Amino acid sequence: MTVAPSRAIGAPIDRIEGAEKVAGKALYSYEHDVEGAVYAAIVTSTIAKGEIRAIDAAEALGVPGVLAVLTHENAGTVEGEGELAVLQSPRVAYRGQIVGAVIAETLEAAREAERLVRIDYDVEEHDVVLRADHPGLYKPDKVNPSFPTDTEEGDIDHALTEAGVMVDETYRTPAEHNNAMEPHATIAIWENGGLTLYDSNQGAFRARQTIADALGLPHESVRVISHHVGGGFGSKGLPRPHAVLAALAARLVGRPVKVAVTRQQMFTLTGYRTPTIQHLRLGAQADGTLTAIAHDVFEQTSTVAEFAEQTAVVTRMMYAAPNRRTSHRVVALNVPTPSWMRAPGECPGMFALESAMDELAIACDLDPIDLRIRNEPEIDPESGNRFSTRNLVACLREGAERFGWSERAAPGSRRHGHWLVGLGVASSTYPARRAPSTAYARAEEDGTYTIRIAAADIGTGARTVLTQIAADALEVPLDSVHVEIGDSDFGQAMLAGGSMGTSSWGAAVVKACRELRTGKDEAHADTSVDVDADEPLAKHAYGAQFVEVRVNADTCEIRVPRVLGVFACGRIINPKTARSQFLGGMTMGISMALFEETVIDPAIGGFVTQDLASYHVPVNADIEEIEATWIDEVDLHVNPMGAKGIGEIGIVGTAAAVANAVYNATGVRVRDLPIRPDRLIGKLSG
Amino acid sequence: MEPFRYERAADTASAVATVDASPGAKFLAGGTNLVDLMRLGVERPGVLVDVTRVAGDTIEDADDGGLRIGAAVRNSDLAADLRVRTRYPVLAEALLSGASGQLRNLATTGGNLLQRTRCAYFQDVTKPCNKREPGTGCPARDGDHRNLAVIGHSKQCVATHPSDLAVALAALDATVQVVGPAGDRAIPVVDLHRLPENTPERDTILERDELIVAVAVPSLAFAERSAYRKVRERASFSFALVSVAAALDVSDGVVRGVRIALGGLAHKPWRAFAAEDALRGEPANAAAFAVAADAELAQAEPLRDNAYKIPLAKAALVQTLLGLLQ
Repeated sequence: MTVAPSRAIGAPIDRIEGAEKVAGKALYSYEHDVEGAVYAAIVTSTIAKGEIRAIDAAEALGVPGVLAVLTHENAGTVEGEGELAVLQSPRVAYRGQIVGAVIAETLEAAREAERLVRIDYDVEEHDVVLRADHPGLYKPDKVNPSFPTDTEEGDIDHALTEAGVMVDETYRTPAEHNNAMEPHATIAIWENGGLTLYDSNQGAFRARQTIADALGLPHESVRVISHHVGGGFGSKGLPRPHAVLAALAARLVGRPVKVAVTRQQMFTLTGYRTPTIQHLRLGAQADGTLTAIAHDVFEQTSTVAEFAEQTAVVTRMMYAAPNRRTSHRVVALNVPTPSWMRAPGECPGMFALESAMDELAIACDLDPIDLRIRNEPEIDPESGNRFSTRNLVACLREGAERFGWSERAAPGSRRHGHWLVGLGVASSTYPARRAPSTAYARAEEDGTYTIRIAAADIGTGARTVLTQIAADALEVPLDSVHVEIGDSDFGQAMLAGGSMGTSSWGAAVVKACRELRTGKDEAHADTSVDVDADEPLAKHAYGAQFVEVRVNADTCEIRVPRVLGVFACGRIINPKTARSQFLGGMTMGISMALFEETVIDPAIGGFVTQDLASYHVPVNADIEEIEATWIDEVDLHVNPMGAKGIGEIGIVGTAAAVANAVYNATGVRVRDLPIRPDRLIGKLSG
Repeated sequence: MEPFRYERAADTASAVATVDASPGAKFLAGGTNLVDLMRLGVERPGVLVDVTRVAGDTIEDADDGGLRIGAAVRNSDLAADLRVRTRYPVLAEALLSGASGQLRNLATTGGNLLQRTRCAYFQDVTKPCNKREPGTGCPARDGDHRNLAVIGHSKQCVATHPSDLAVALAALDATVQVVGPAGDRAIPVVDLHRLPENTPERDTILERDELIVAVAVPSLAFAERSAYRKVRERASFSFALVSVAAALDVSDGVVRGVRIALGGLAHKPWRAFAAEDALRGEPANAAAFAVAADAELAQAEPLRDNAYKIPLAKAALVQTLLGLLQ
């Protein structure tokens, strides 16, 4: 295959809907003006386990403007499973679960009445704390989405006994919440014998299928519209229970219903990253050559549904060794079901692996970059397949040069005034997959082109990037192409997840445009056969993050003055939106390293952290000099654009790079995230 | 949010009279905390009496050489005042370390002092909290208290007071001027807030219908050499893990005068009298500062997860005092 000459691809095009967004004209789901719409306020459980004995809605119903109180007693049947089996039983599976909703003429009345719904419970003893020795730990049949739970080759225990150098440590990451800026929101409208939903999600088509199935409706009778989405990070990947609730509420009152999940409710209703306990064992020869890699993970799921994060899966392909083992064990607790959060699996897994690699480098007295280069595999250690492209080493070398890695000094030896200074590095990787999608293209009479695809722009720039891809495929100027997305009526398409959006949608857009160029006025493309014919290669993006930290020698405050990410992600379609994706991912990684933690109270049985004052993410002052760059790479094995997905790789590895830099600054290794002053104070020497 | 009535007060007397007459009434100033708490259902005032136009929005030179700050002066304006910045840098620094620019543009001097604890249990009406609902218990004591009190807490409450401004004012011996149905009174800031003891629902000694109309900051020559140091995980826009307000008067290498107050440690801004006593007349050096910090922090009784605050407060205090020597 030859690379087509490109004009729009590779250009730093501004977001097409940017002006609309900054002018407030871009309508997000909840903002659509729907005639006759009323408001639902969600009522959540205040116990972690038990059963509803009685609901007294009289006082709530007495609030002027209140139309109805929806509970399991009047919700009607829902066929959805897990978290989508909304209001189907009096059972309570976690604190903060949906147990009802108040529907009113105004949001104010709904919110006021929501507090007046009295619920009596039969309370049962709950269990909400993950531990590595929990008796309820079990081996799931697979890990998200469908990876083998465990892998083993060679004789890991023997190899570790024989290893000249060993790292044997446990790393912990806390529960973390996605916290998109736009809360999850849905407007449900029953009309013309069907259901229309304005819904904030990462894939309108998948949302339609799932919600239709949950409500027992034919897929064709449901339409999901999501033109603009204010962030998702995985939490809007699949429909959340409030979307089903909106439909139930609208059916009950016979009016369109608006539901927005409150920031507080987002902590229990929209998914989160499971806490992890990760036991890492690395064995190596004195020269750093790995002989054994073992990564055993303990994490949680709920009693509602199983979600087993694929935390150790990345370790199967990252570095080679003759003796390797990975395992996942989960325990079902009385907690909300964990779900996707930016780079599920790779993100927490690489924190542990890349921290352990740093510890191994120190144990071998090697530069951590040299250690990684020494262990760079020729072929995918897991599958034995060739890599389509693997430019990790190039990223490490390029980053070392640009960042001034040679300035790195011995741990705890660099100081500027009150501040200890350290540098850290970590590798990053993310799969470069794609999934079948359909797209429609039409040549208009005025010489312009219309493209329709059920893609989602969750702030990534997808609408802009797809316009660039279409313009080049048609060999026409950008402003001749009008791309419409975010509507389930446009047909099957991959959701914005797994860094697969651009790769999957772009291929379908290219295919539709190429068909148009054969002289047709319109074309429907489906990439199913192309995806099925993809070569059996190991396809991944790579990167390396370099971080400088300063740790206050007295108070142990941690600041991050400098971050650089170098990435190898195939062809970069839009340098401007790509840079934003990389910087956003790395910012989220710094956040994971230093701030983010959702605290659970074992006695109360629920999360204590409940808003952005208690759940910290970085503010501008926390992100100083941060830059992303990339090496030239075009990988036509992954898709016709030669581009790998970039939504997730920025976060992967960043937390480890921060932790490694903190070690270099202080000589103290923190293996539990987040790294805070309380975890360092009293441990610094001198 | 429950329905409420909004009234704009014509003067302080009528504001006080209205609140006095309605058991569910509250004064409203910037609203940056009260309105949030209303949305959460923590505060449910039937009447809001807006005092922003009557509580005084000027900063005046007082006869003693100090300043009289109207209670409705916005945090941004107070922090920007040249007299504040030159005579009391600790005050300007404390203000600027708090919240965000947008919030400081709204928040008032009086309201800042009366903001409620950010203890997560207090802010969640589905959880027990003795401060919000007396008698329901304090889950923070055995639960999430990493950022709560290490000094002066009780079995009933381990909350901290969140204000930075209050810490600086405590160090400066400021006084709040109060108008109430029973007349006017002046209350030293160090006595305004109280320890929780068995009545954590009361943050201060103010009666419900007493209105702060001004804060008097007395003249203190050596406050020109003062600073506020706020230690926190995030670089901005978060409450203190610990904070230090300090002013230092040194001559011939000896501490002649010193003022220290600590934030983030207690249910009130914690004036460090023991540390001050330990320092006066001592050499101004790191060793003496450390001894003073130990003298103050000896009374701390940390909970399971917040003992880190003791070495942290000590480090911040020593660092701040050393900084004032330069």
